[in-house]
Amino acid sequence: MLSYLTRRLTESFLVLAVMSLLIYLLIGLMPGDPIDIMIFSDPEMTPAEAARLRVLYGLDQPILQRYLAWLGNALTGDFGYSRLYNQPTLDILLPRLGNTVILMGLSFILALAIALPAGIYAATRPQSPVDHAINLVAFAGISMPPFWLAILLIILFAVTLGWLPAGGMGDGRDGWDDLRHLVLPVLALTIATVGGVIRFMRAAAIETLRQDYVRTALAKGLSGRQVVIGHVLRNAMIPVVTILALQMGNLFSGALITEQIFAYLGMGKTIYDAVIGNDYNVALVGLLLATLTTLLANLLADLAYSWLDPRISYQ
Amino acid sequence: MRHFILTLILAAGLLATAGSLAGPSPAAAAEELRIGISQYPTTLHPSREPSVAKSYVASMTRRPMTVYDQQWELICMLCTELPSIEAGTAVPEDLPEGVEGAGDGRGIALTYTIRPDATWGDGTPVSTKDVLFTWKAGRHPTAGIGNLELFRRIHAIDVIDNKTFVMHADRISFEYAAINDFRILPAHIEEAVFDAAPEDYRNRTAFDTDPTKRGLYYGPYRITEIVPGSRVVLERNDTWWGKPPAFDRVTVLTIEKTTALEANLLSGSIDMISGELGLTLDQALAFEKRHGDRFNVIYKPGLLYEHIDLMLDNPILADKRVRQALVYALDREAINERLFEGHQPIAHTSISPLDWVYYKDVKKYPYDPAKAAELLNAAGWSQLRGGIRYNAAGEPLQLEFMTTAGSRVRELVQQVLQSQWKQLGIDVRVRNEPPRVFFGQTVHERRFTGLVMFAWGSSPENAPRSTMHSEEIPAEENGWSGQNYTGFKNAEMDELIEAINLELNRANREQMWHRLQEIYAEEVPAIPLYWRANPYILPKWLKGVRPTGQQASSTLWIEDWTVEGR
Repeated sequence: MLSYLTRRLTESFLVLAVMSLLIYLLIGLMPGDPIDIMIFSDPEMTPAEAARLRVLYGLDQPILQRYLAWLGNALTGDFGYSRLYNQPTLDILLPRLGNTVILMGLSFILALAIALPAGIYAATRPQSPVDHAINLVAFAGISMPPFWLAILLIILFAVTLGWLPAGGMGDGRDGWDDLRHLVLPVLALTIATVGGVIRFMRAAAIETLRQDYVRTALAKGLSGRQVVIGHVLRNAMIPVVTILALQMGNLFSGALITEQIFAYLGMGKTIYDAVIGNDYNVALVGLLLATLTTLLANLLADLAYSWLDPRISYQ
Repeated sequence: MRHFILTLILAAGLLATAGSLAGPSPAAAAEELRIGISQYPTTLHPSREPSVAKSYVASMTRRPMTVYDQQWELICMLCTELPSIEAGTAVPEDLPEGVEGAGDGRGIALTYTIRPDATWGDGTPVSTKDVLFTWKAGRHPTAGIGNLELFRRIHAIDVIDNKTFVMHADRISFEYAAINDFRILPAHIEEAVFDAAPEDYRNRTAFDTDPTKRGLYYGPYRITEIVPGSRVVLERNDTWWGKPPAFDRVTVLTIEKTTALEANLLSGSIDMISGELGLTLDQALAFEKRHGDRFNVIYKPGLLYEHIDLMLDNPILADKRVRQALVYALDREAINERLFEGHQPIAHTSISPLDWVYYKDVKKYPYDPAKAAELLNAAGWSQLRGGIRYNAAGEPLQLEFMTTAGSRVRELVQQVLQSQWKQLGIDVRVRNEPPRVFFGQTVHERRFTGLVMFAWGSSPENAPRSTMHSEEIPAEENGWSGQNYTGFKNAEMDELIEAINLELNRANREQMWHRLQEIYAEEVPAIPLYWRANPYILPKWLKGVRPTGQQASSTLWIEDWTVEGR
C-alpha cells in the first residue's frame, strides 16, 4: 500500500508540473497583456509609458523565461503578487478557498444526504409513483440552468419574501448573518447537484439488487432494511464514489455562475476574474490548486474502493 | 420513505427558520448608505492602475488638487486658487539647460497653495513634504507609478512654505493649471516604505498592505474595512475640513452580475446602484418601467463615445464617398429613440456636445438613403444583383463588422445597423469576438478588415492625439503602441492636434477645435454613433447626487448628498 501511495503521489506531482507549464503557456498565449488592459482604462497612456510598464512587469521577456522565473520562485514558496488586488497570491486565494470549501462542502453534504436515501428508496420501488416522483425531481434538478435557478431563488426568498439576503457574504462577525448569506447559494448548488447523484445511486442500487448475494441474503431471512444497508448500499456506492470523486474537484475550483450571481467570493469567480484580468499568478495557482484537489480526490476514491470492496487491493 | 420525507422537511425547515427568525431583510440603517457597483478596484494606491472603480471609492477619501467639475470647468479642490497668467501665479519662463520642452521651448512656473485646513486622517497636515514625495515617487522609473510623463514634465518644485509651492513645467499648454493626475501621497507613511526599496514600492505601499490606516486619507471618509473583491467600508473622517457628509458609514459592495445587482437593490441589501459602474442602459430602462415609483433613475450622457472604427487600409473604405455613404445610410435617431428612449444623444464627431469646444455647425449626416445610394454609385458600386452592390470589376460591396461578443446592447445595435446597410445593398458580415480577443488582438494589432464597434472614454477638451494623429497608428515596428486603429493620416489634423495643446488664447483654440471637427466630419475616419449614458439608480430619499458625465466621479461631491424623508 505504501509503495502504491508513493507512486500515486509522484505521478500527481509530475501531473502538477506539466499542468503548471501548460496553464502558464495557455494564459500567456491569450491575446493582450495587463498593459493592454491599462491602456484601455487610460487612453492617454503614451507608447513610451506602456513600454516602460511592460519592462517593469517583465512582460517583455519570452514566455518560457517568465515561466522558469515563476517556477523558481514558486519552489521557494513565493507565488508572487496578484495583479488585480496587489496582494500576495496566497493571501487572495486561501480565504477564497476556505469560502469555496464551505459553500461547496455544505451543498455536497446536503446533496448526498438527500440523494443517497432517495436513490436507494427509488431503486427498491422501481416504477412506483414514488419512484416516478423522485425521478421527476432529479430530472428537474439536472435540467434547470443554474443561473436561472439562482435568480428564481433570489426573486422568491430575497425580493418577494424578504427572508434572506440576495447576495454577498456575511462579515464574519455574526455567525447567524453569515449562515443566512449561505442559504441561497447552498440551496442553488444542492438542487443542481442532487438530481445527478440520485440518478447514479438509483441505477447502481437497481443493478446491485439484481445480484445473487442479495437474493441469498433475503432467503436467509434478513429484513429488507438489513439487506439494503448491509449489502446493497455498500456495493452500489462503488460507481457512485467514482462520480463523487470527480465532483470533489469542484469543491475547490468553485461554481462560477452561482458565485457570480450571489456575489460570493469563491475560487470559481476568482480564477475566472484572474484569467480575464491577466492576473497570471492567481489564475495559475488557483488552477493548480483545483488540479491538485482533483488528483487527491481521485486517490481517495481509489482507496475508498478497497474499503467498500475488500476484493480490491493495491500493491 | 419516512427518512426521505424527514430529510426534505429538515431542508425546508432550515430555509423557513432562516427566514422567519431573520425577519425582513435588513435595510441599511438610517446613518448608512450601501452602494452597489459592478467592479472591484484593483489597487487603492492613488497613482497606480487607474480604474473607474478605484476612482469611485477613492473620491470619497481624498480630493485632487484640481479637477473638472459638473460643468466641466477646472476648479481647485485641494488647492486654494488656480494659478493663472493674469493673476501672476502662472509665469512663463525659459527652460533651464538640459530640460527639453515642447512648442516654443518655454516652460511655466505655477504657484499652488494647499488648503490650510487640509489634514490627513491621523492629524498630520497635508503639506509640501507630501508634494515633494509624490513627485519623487512619480518620477522613479521602477516604482510602478502610472503617468510617468506627467511627473517628468515637472522639472522642478520649489517649496515656499509648508503649504505653498511652485511647480515648474517644461511646456505651456492651455490647461497649464490642471494637475488632476498629481495625486498627493502621504509622505509621513509612504516615504519610508518607498526609500527602503523603490523598485518594490508597488507591492509594499500601505494603500494595499494596510489600507485602513487613518493617515492615508484626507477626504470626508476614510476606509475602515476591506474584503478584496467584495466590499469596501468607509466611515467619517474626523479631520475632514469641509461640509460634514450625511452618512456615518458608506459601504460599497461589488456585485458583478447586473441582474444580481438589481435583485440586491429590490431586496434592500443595497440602497443605490452607481451610474459609473452599474446597470446597462437597457436594464435601467426596463427597471424604471417596473420600479420607477420606488427609485429615481438619472440618465447622464457623458464622454463615452460609442463609434465604429473603419479600416482605412481596406480599398473599399479608403474611398471617402463610401465612408460618408455608410453614415448617411444609418438612421441613428431612430436607434436612439427606439432602443434607448432618447437617452443617448447622437454623436456627430468625437467631441461631445457638452464640451465647450463642440462645433454646433459641424457637417451632420441625417438619415438619407438616397444620398447614400448616390455616393455609392459615384464610387463605382452601382450594379445591384441579388440585393448586393457590385463594382465594374464584379467585386461585391462586402464588409466585415466586429464588436465584443456577449455585449447585449452592442450586438442589438449591430443587427440594426447591418439591416439598414443591407437595404442599400451593402453586404455586412458580422463576426464578433470575446472582449479579450477583440481588444487584445483584433483592435490592438489592427487585424480587422472592415468595421469595429466599441467606445472611447475621454476628458473635457482633450485633443484626440492617441486616436487621430498619424504617429499613433499601431504597428509591429512601434510595438503596437498608439490607438489610431483606423490608420487615419491627415497632415492638417496632425498640426491641429499639436497646436491646440499649446494655444493659450481661448478664442483661437475654439477656432482650431472647430476646424478639427470639420475635418473629422468630412473625412469620416470613424462612424460616430452616440454618447453613452450612465444610469444612476437612486432611492427617492437620496438627494444631491450630481453625475459629471466625465471622468470625475459623482462621489467627489458626496458631502452634498442629503437624505430627505427616508
